[in-house]
Amino acid sequence: MTIGLAHYLIVAAILFVIGVFGIFVNRKNVILILMCVELILLAVNINFVAFSAHMAEIGTNEPLAGQVFALFVLTVAAAEAAVGLAILVVYFRNRGNIAVENVDLMKG
Amino acid sequence: MLVTISFYLLAFVAIAAALMVVAARNPVHSVMYLILTFFSAAGLFILMGAEFLALLLVMVYVGAVAVLFLFVVMMLDVDFAELKAGFLQYAPYGMILGVILFLEMFFVGAAYFTGETKKAVVYSGEASNLERFGEVLYTKYAFFFEAAGLILLVAMIGAIVLTLRPRDGVRKQDVTQQVSRTRETAIEMVDIESGKGVGS
Repeated sequence: MTIGLAHYLIVAAILFVIGVFGIFVNRKNVILILMCVELILLAVNINFVAFSAHMAEIGTNEPLAGQVFALFVLTVAAAEAAVGLAILVVYFRNRGNIAVENVDLMKG
Repeated sequence: MLVTISFYLLAFVAIAAALMVVAARNPVHSVMYLILTFFSAAGLFILMGAEFLALLLVMVYVGAVAVLFLFVVMMLDVDFAELKAGFLQYAPYGMILGVILFLEMFFVGAAYFTGETKKAVVYSGEASNLERFGEVLYTKYAFFFEAAGLILLVAMIGAIVLTLRPRDGVRKQDVTQQVSRTRETAIEMVDIESGKGVGS
């Protein structure tokens, strides 16, 4: 039995679903929500690389486009984690906890 | 055969670790499982022939992002048991949504791949993955590459601006203040009577 494109896509789909599930379940904890967003972006990256490898196999002219795009997704994910955690630190300094349901008290 | 075994092992570890990220009680453990997930995903990337991205994943995520997460988790003094309280309450809704999402993706995939089985996807070629990656990244996608650098710069400045705060009681060197001192503000002329000192 050979491992093909569909296998990787299914793994990516499962990881994506776990990420969405985690956001639903842990919606009081911002840190875990950020981790779940990272999981979702990882699933997207696996999809990109799997399709890139598939394109190399069937011989299209630009098989590495998917990997380059995965690199950009990685960049944006790292930037998002940095800014998100910085916001979290500032919020903790202001309020002394990180409860998400009280974030709307910060408006104004 | 070896590829099949490695794929199933890596995929199983990745999915199990991702589940543990969601389910772990202690957020520090969650970060550790996140690292395990990314390691396994890096293994999957290597199986697909994307060695450069696999190493990048290990470096960026395990080296930087996971450490950042750990740092923040340990720095914030929060009662995490209380945050975990709603887990069972929200679990059914999350489960329903997850099942629906997965079935949608599964059927889209199944409709696309009906019948035929694909071969193992492995690069075959004379140039290495890194070589060919560099060939397109610095030519065809050069502008996007620079845009990515700009995004990182903005994120870096943003994170610093957000977390920087003026603190009292810290003696800092202010160069502008030092340079803008004039003779008038720096020197005070005092008439001293003879026989008395400067001190009053």
